Amino acid sequence: MTDTVIWTIAIIAALGLVLSVILFLIAKKFRVEEDPRIDEIEKVMPGANCGGCGFAGCRAFADAAVKSGNPDSQFCPVGGNDVMKKVAAILGVEVKEKAPQVAVVRCNGTCEARPRVNEYDGAQSCRVKAALYSGDTMCPFGCLGCGDCVDACQFGAISMDPATGLPVVDDSKCTGCGACAKACPKHVIELRNKGPRGMRVFVSCINKDKGGIARKACANACIGCMKCTKVCAHDAITVTDNVAYIDFTKCKLCKKCVAECPTGAIHAVNFPILKPKPAAETPAPAEAIKKEVSNE
Amino acid sequence: MDKYLVSPNPHIHASVSTNSLMWDVVIALLPATIVSVVFYGWAELLVLAVSIASCVLLEKGIAIWPMRRPAVANSASAAVTGLLLALNLPPTTPWWVVFIGALVAIGVAKMTYGGLGQNVFNPALVGRVFLLVSFPTYMTHWEIPAGLFGADAVTGPTLLGLVNEGGPAAVEGLDYMQTLFLNIGGSAGEISALALLLGWCYLLVRRVIKPWITLSIFGTVALVSLIFHLADPAAFTGPVFNLLTGGLILGACFMATDYVTSPMTTVGGIVYGVGIGFILMMIRYFGSYPEGVSFAILLMNMAVPLLNRAFHQKKYGRA
Amino acid sequence: MSKVTFSIGGVHPADAKIARAHATEVLPLPPTVWISMAQHLGAPATPVVAVGDKVKAGQVIGEPAGFISAFVHSSVSGTVKSIGPRKDIAGNPVNHIEIEVEGDEWAEGIDLSTDIVREIPSDRQFILDRIKANGVVGLGGATFPTHVKLSPPPGKVAECLILNGAECEPYLTSDFRILLERTEEIVIGAAIMRRVLGDCPCVIGIEDNKPEAIAAVREVLASGSYEGISVLPLKKMYPQGGEKQLIDAVMHRQVRSGGLPIDVGAVVQNVATSLAVYEAVQKNKPLVTNVLTVTGDCLDDAHLHNYLFRIGMPLSYIAQYAGGVPEGAAKIISGGPMMGKAIANLDATTVKGSSSLLYLSEKATRRHEAGYCIRCGRCADACPMGLEPFLLNRLYKADDLDGLIAASAQDCIECGCCLYSCPAYIPLLDFVRQAKGRAMGELRARAAAAKAAAEAAKASSSDNDKK
Repeated sequence: MTDTVIWTIAIIAALGLVLSVILFLIAKKFRVEEDPRIDEIEKVMPGANCGGCGFAGCRAFADAAVKSGNPDSQFCPVGGNDVMKKVAAILGVEVKEKAPQVAVVRCNGTCEARPRVNEYDGAQSCRVKAALYSGDTMCPFGCLGCGDCVDACQFGAISMDPATGLPVVDDSKCTGCGACAKACPKHVIELRNKGPRGMRVFVSCINKDKGGIARKACANACIGCMKCTKVCAHDAITVTDNVAYIDFTKCKLCKKCVAECPTGAIHAVNFPILKPKPAAETPAPAEAIKKEVSNE
Repeated sequence: MDKYLVSPNPHIHASVSTNSLMWDVVIALLPATIVSVVFYGWAELLVLAVSIASCVLLEKGIAIWPMRRPAVANSASAAVTGLLLALNLPPTTPWWVVFIGALVAIGVAKMTYGGLGQNVFNPALVGRVFLLVSFPTYMTHWEIPAGLFGADAVTGPTLLGLVNEGGPAAVEGLDYMQTLFLNIGGSAGEISALALLLGWCYLLVRRVIKPWITLSIFGTVALVSLIFHLADPAAFTGPVFNLLTGGLILGACFMATDYVTSPMTTVGGIVYGVGIGFILMMIRYFGSYPEGVSFAILLMNMAVPLLNRAFHQKKYGRA
Repeated sequence: MSKVTFSIGGVHPADAKIARAHATEVLPLPPTVWISMAQHLGAPATPVVAVGDKVKAGQVIGEPAGFISAFVHSSVSGTVKSIGPRKDIAGNPVNHIEIEVEGDEWAEGIDLSTDIVREIPSDRQFILDRIKANGVVGLGGATFPTHVKLSPPPGKVAECLILNGAECEPYLTSDFRILLERTEEIVIGAAIMRRVLGDCPCVIGIEDNKPEAIAAVREVLASGSYEGISVLPLKKMYPQGGEKQLIDAVMHRQVRSGGLPIDVGAVVQNVATSLAVYEAVQKNKPLVTNVLTVTGDCLDDAHLHNYLFRIGMPLSYIAQYAGGVPEGAAKIISGGPMMGKAIANLDATTVKGSSSLLYLSEKATRRHEAGYCIRCGRCADACPMGLEPFLLNRLYKADDLDGLIAASAQDCIECGCCLYSCPAYIPLLDFVRQAKGRAMGELRARAAAAKAAAEAAKASSSDNDKK
């Protein structure tokens, strides 16, 4: 009995020893030499592997940064400038600061403003719907409302608002990785600079139809009337193909265009409310910063 | 209509749905169910009622909480599981044992994998095998209650049980015609091979299933038992005995052909059937259990993902 | 009953050819037509008329803009009112020419008589020129320019001309009607195409649910004046009218993935195309008319029609003439119920390839809520290309490009058999179509990259030679 136990232990131990030696030799022979800085950089990355930087994942990003030796041409939208500084420090270089970005939905064709003219009965996927036809409203440019952007977001920053049928971006969760912009077949979502304290002004419409047609399809559409370009003192607004676009690098957030827009297509968000709105509006909550929609 | 529907093609659909397929299986099991109730009476009716009701309610319940995905529950599919579980149990099983079987079948084997379409193992068989190893007394001792028509109560082991203990000699002079029509002793669904085959034919005619899996199981069982029987008739029973006894027909026609846990393609299905037949015969001949249909199917269920990878449809233009 | 059919997959939707007994009627001219410049596969035609121009029926108004493109002719006589984008049946803007109808005057040199011209020209090039000049495109669905298809690339020989009279789509009866009413013209069209293809044999494939059509063609062939043409009854099975499936059924050959029918010696043309070829070659008449079925499960017998229409007629005009959109219609489809396009409204106009105006009731057409896959494998059994739609669906959701290519997503013919047969009502084709697009895009990108790499290697090696 004791013999059996001793023998068993001895054989297993010997087997273990032999195999571990073999494993050791194999590991030595097939060892891949890697720059240790890749591991270091990977450690400071967010680790979401979202692909927002254009690389397959955080490790691919680190690999590319080490290979080029200068991460200036790369940017981790999730980690932002903090992470980029750390990456630069590991590589012993300095990087320029980049403005943080946020996803902006450039369609405000709500259910009331943009009536449905047919009923879509296919798979709930914007890509499928876009491949089939111009959509269930008269506007062939706007949001299709099936939520491909919601599925694409890895950070839970986008949700569909059932009241408007449009996606809503949660600024605090959005990392500006751009996955939603890529997923949107209509290119409704754009990455824009987040702006100071999140304040930004943008045209929430990309309808290229002529004013009359656009207006007929959607009450909130940009009709390309050029009024905004006239009031803008900073040359930030251009109108091409009957639709206005505000260059966020030039916009000084004066909000003159917002008041000028006849259809309310220009939105200004995250501005502090200076004076209370007329009675129709519900009293503003106690927060200092509140989303302000420019609809008259 | 003021707004017309718009969708990608196709714009029409075959008159078939998950529910219609499940109800077809229930209809196909009706002959065997009726026979079992006629011969085992109220006791069998109780087993059936407890099994089906608990399967349906458990599925609904688990889907609502803790899964919080009520849409997962499919009553027709749960009813089929319940019916199959009941037919796989002896009529004397106490109601609480039946309930435990249903709990394991639905709760463990189905819903933990994500519900309908996600399970790896046939839920009814997992339930049965769980009971077989946990309550062997109830599951292997056959005390046959009086039937609806006043047949006498009988006690005894199954034919396969006899063979397992006493070898082929134990069943010498067996009347095979009787096993085809009326095979008292065993699980409730195993009484009449003919009733089961009738249901199987219904499924074939309705194109619910294809015959290949079942036929390959039968073929393998026949072939393996023929070879062994010819080699040593004293030690191994022959093909006719093996085809007609035990849960083979119930298993091959209704359990192995379960959509979710069988391969997608015809070739995969044939390999799967051959595997079941072979494992089953090995268990019957060499195992300590007299019957191996459940184990054989569950073992081959494990191989299904691999079979789906290995065997694909014949593609157009790739000859 | 015939047993000849394709060898993989297929489904059996109910026949529903309820409009089969209705003879073709000629639609009167509408006040205005809008003629699309994109009625064919390939580059849209370039308008060659200006606003205010007077045009005659049969006059060229659009010229091909590329090798794969086609002439577009005016279908009416009148004045050009406008040229500009207008929505097609998918709601996308396409260049249209608006013509206000004035009288019905045809251009010079067009034989409008109904006499059958049996003498076939012997010059191949003359025939091809006529087909091209008269804007003939494939009318089986893909609208591929016919003269291109009838000119096999060098080194490829046509061994069999297959005339597609399968009309496997439920409800549609336009091909059936012309097979009955214009049998000899279709057969002459086939004889013309045979001549172009080097006198290869011709098989007219017709499904056996149209015995009258089979008998009519047989009667014409019995006259003995059309050698090398035969009729082959086919077992009713969807999608028999698919080019690849028809080649399999008739010739027992399969086109390899990414290949063309001519690779296996086959040229497939629809019977309606054959009629258009006859008119183009024998009568010098451009393709400006076609036959369209007005049908659907919510129409009574009195409202079923087969119409001879002129291209550019608004769908709303045809619907109005046929008695208006029926009360119970929930979906309007241009084409058959399996592969047709659902249309949101009747604003679009008819094009060369229009084959039907199909109204389906809510009960027949509304999709059920999608359930969970029960892995029954029915989609894989139904797929006529031998693909596994459930797998493609999963690979697409996982965005696994290599997996999609290995599973041949690029071979999908979008016939709809998978979704049709799915008991869980999973929108398989919706996603498989996307998967196909992804796979094809990736394959094209890889081919382009390989070509570029090969050229770069060649350039560098020639550089080395110079040194």
